[in-house]
Amino acid sequence: MSSHDIAALEAEARIAGGEVVNDFSMVVATVNGSGSQTSNLAIIRALFRMGLPVSGKNLFPSNIQGLPTWFTIRVSSEGFVARRDTTEILVAMNPATLVEDLQGLASNGVCFYPDDFEPGLLGRSDITYYPMPIQRLVREASPPKELRDYIANMVYVGVVARTLGIELEEIRQALDTHFQGKAKAVAMNMNVVEAAAAWAETNLTKSDPYSVRREKQTEGLILVDGNTAAALGAIYGGVSFAAWYPITPASSLAEALEDYLPRLRTDPETGKATYSIIQAEDELAAIGMAIGAGWAGARAMTSTSGPGISLMAEFSGLAFFAEVPIVIWDIQRMGPSTGLPTRTSQGDIMFIRFLGHGDTRQVMLLPGSPAECFEFGWRGFDLAERLQTPVYILSDLDLGMNLWMSEPFSFPHEPMDRGKILTAEDLERVGSFARYRDVDGDGIPYRTLPGNEHPLSPYFARGTGHSEEAVYSERPDDWENNMERLMRKHVNARELLPMPIVDKVEGAEIGLIGFGTTDPAIQEARQRLSARGISMSYMRIRAVPFADDIGRFIDQHDRVYMIEMNTDGQMRQLLQIEYPDMATRIRSLRRNNGLPLTARWITDNLLAAEEI
Amino acid sequence: MATTTLNLIGLDKADYKGRPTTLCQGCGHNSISSQIIAACYDLSLDPAKIIKLSGIGCSSKSPAYFLGRSHGFNSLHGRMPSVATGAVIANRNLKAIGVSGDGDTASIGIGQFIHLLRRNVPMVYIVENNGVYGLTKGQFSATADKGQVLKKIGRNPFMPVDVCLEAFVANCGFIARSFAGDPRQVRELIKAALSYEGTAVLDIISPCVTFNNRDESTKSYVWGRGHEEPLHDVTLIPKREEIEVDYAPGEVTEVKMHDGSILMLKKLDRDYDPIDRLAALTLLHQAHVDQLLVTGLIYLNRDQEPLPDVQGMVDTPLGGLQEADLRPSKESLAEIMASFS
Repeated sequence: MSSHDIAALEAEARIAGGEVVNDFSMVVATVNGSGSQTSNLAIIRALFRMGLPVSGKNLFPSNIQGLPTWFTIRVSSEGFVARRDTTEILVAMNPATLVEDLQGLASNGVCFYPDDFEPGLLGRSDITYYPMPIQRLVREASPPKELRDYIANMVYVGVVARTLGIELEEIRQALDTHFQGKAKAVAMNMNVVEAAAAWAETNLTKSDPYSVRREKQTEGLILVDGNTAAALGAIYGGVSFAAWYPITPASSLAEALEDYLPRLRTDPETGKATYSIIQAEDELAAIGMAIGAGWAGARAMTSTSGPGISLMAEFSGLAFFAEVPIVIWDIQRMGPSTGLPTRTSQGDIMFIRFLGHGDTRQVMLLPGSPAECFEFGWRGFDLAERLQTPVYILSDLDLGMNLWMSEPFSFPHEPMDRGKILTAEDLERVGSFARYRDVDGDGIPYRTLPGNEHPLSPYFARGTGHSEEAVYSERPDDWENNMERLMRKHVNARELLPMPIVDKVEGAEIGLIGFGTTDPAIQEARQRLSARGISMSYMRIRAVPFADDIGRFIDQHDRVYMIEMNTDGQMRQLLQIEYPDMATRIRSLRRNNGLPLTARWITDNLLAAEEI
Repeated sequence: MATTTLNLIGLDKADYKGRPTTLCQGCGHNSISSQIIAACYDLSLDPAKIIKLSGIGCSSKSPAYFLGRSHGFNSLHGRMPSVATGAVIANRNLKAIGVSGDGDTASIGIGQFIHLLRRNVPMVYIVENNGVYGLTKGQFSATADKGQVLKKIGRNPFMPVDVCLEAFVANCGFIARSFAGDPRQVRELIKAALSYEGTAVLDIISPCVTFNNRDESTKSYVWGRGHEEPLHDVTLIPKREEIEVDYAPGEVTEVKMHDGSILMLKKLDRDYDPIDRLAALTLLHQAHVDQLLVTGLIYLNRDQEPLPDVQGMVDTPLGGLQEADLRPSKESLAEIMASFS
């Protein structure tokens, strides 16, 4: 089968009967800072409320105002939410990118454009064009001067809604959600939407095949971004201290904490906070504060992205070696260096795995959906306190900042695990304490918290070599014993971490392996291939160090493809280090262009690699 | 047989000691450790309610040598302020004593130092200042004097960072300088600092007997003794004792501390008021010009809110909060979920 056939597969359903219902990708091309986000979110929310599986991805520049931005919305009756390579519908609000945007449209695509665009720019003849009298409708709405550009974006909402069949009442509800019930704002925006829809009704003749019709596929689901999910997870995990430094694409995680914590975690009797959030002076201080708080007994976290992780390297080694529980969220963006601050990647895997000089190994969790961001958000604290080590949670820009359909978050079904903490009463009963002694044989020592009044309790935490009693030691056996214990602890951690999700197909020679936000694209690729009689197993890794199931999966297949979004095939390298005997069976499918992976790219490259 | 004297909470002075020092014989840092021990003993502080913090360097090793019954954290070079901030926020009932050096504070750690002060993190922050890197065997630090000569490095061409001036600019509300060779003043200033509710900075000139004790260095014993100009004779009267004033009125300034204790400043050759911000600046500037070690409480401002108050924190240590306090209800999650559809 050629890759061309696979492309045809995608288009097949679409062309049947001349009408394409609930299956297209739309791009809204605008200029950054023009206030189009409200409009785009209104469309995506309205589609979601109409029961249609939908996903939205904002491809935005590292810029406050003026550079091009594309918001892509995919509607898929089949339930696919990955990004697609092709676009059927273009809302062209940015003349600067018009030519390029038009070229990217599928044949027989649709283009909505402001009627004051230069007609000569609309070069393609296979496209259906719908002009929109934006200036006139804005003038008629006579909004306050400063809101004019912003309101202009509501015109395309009305015209697109009318042309595609998006219900205006759901647009209204979506705006109500967006403006949190502020009636005046909803009314002002809705007036323009309705005027634009009425204009389209009278003046445009529907001549394209695309439309939406109400379904019931989103009942009980929510629409949420991963950073909000992560923050809520942390809150329901009892976060009591968070320090952070602003960085794209992680800032909205800490901002969500700031948003929700005051109403959820204020002591009803005293009105005082049972948490603290500090915007630190840099990422060094952010993690330093979290470590101080974690050492003193708080459920402490920080959130950042790649450049911040670089700054946290030294402290990460300290927390690993002094065995201080903290949770660190890395919302990955494209590196190296400043890289592409507003583009997604999975490029911090190798760096974080061994973050810190010397023999440092870090625990990593790899959420693949908002629901998992929530779950790992609370579970991260349990694991950090149980293992007395930093727990890194690696999300990415796509998951963190874009809206995803999700199951509602499940309230934690397990009581909190505070790990091995000895109280004064415990010490009185036990009669001895050495901070770094492996009492239970699992490599995890006991700790006491500052303020514990028992005379046995105090110890001097340190990043220097230490004896079991936490006293400075240069003795070779102290060093070796401690490092061996840390290794034991790390190996044992595997049983406590989230297990991989395995979908094994009996008799399949090929296994696909993924993690994080490649999941929707891999799922879609598998279905496309399966429809052509090519079956492959699939495993999604959710934590490092690797559980035994991961080696077993590789062993059960003739060859596996590690699919990831970085240039070095970092997860593949980790697998090859872990399973040297099977190293040649672990192949790499990697892409790192700043955009979320598409199913098409996977199928094309898989088939090419397999010479099918 | 030696008699032991117990303080108000029934502890012997030995209960405040730490492990034997591994610093050089005669190091000023050891003297400061002794005065920390004496101050905490005198004030009858519960060692379980104190935490010790440090960065990296000779000075930062010293918390192992005092308050063995207190938890401590020997953190990273220049990063003690952030660790202290987190620890103090996590348990506001603890009294934090941080020990740093001139390299740790004025070189690698000056950023965190300034931000600690900006946030007014309640702690005693002691800089054991000798103008030299000891553990790495004698390089200049940022507080080294201009023109000073070190055997290995040669002449220092740069102006020194003045820790007290930096603290002043960063709006620190308790700024004091002392000299390790003046144990009584060191002790009284530590006691006053322990009674202060925000960040209390103590810049203690603590000569390095090994690498920087040349007579012409302002961080040497010879220089210190010859050029020290004490501002006051400082005495702290804990609040639980009746205050006996043995100075004639007019010679003594009383300053009330947060915990109700009284800091008594006996004016010596100057009529100096540590509350006067501009006077403090003038003093620091003039001392700099005159190459004098002005010692004593240089500046005091009791009107600044400490960080846990700014943050509106509960009194309960965060580590002591139970699951019912930490995990919001199932119903609240359902409400939030409803807002996402």
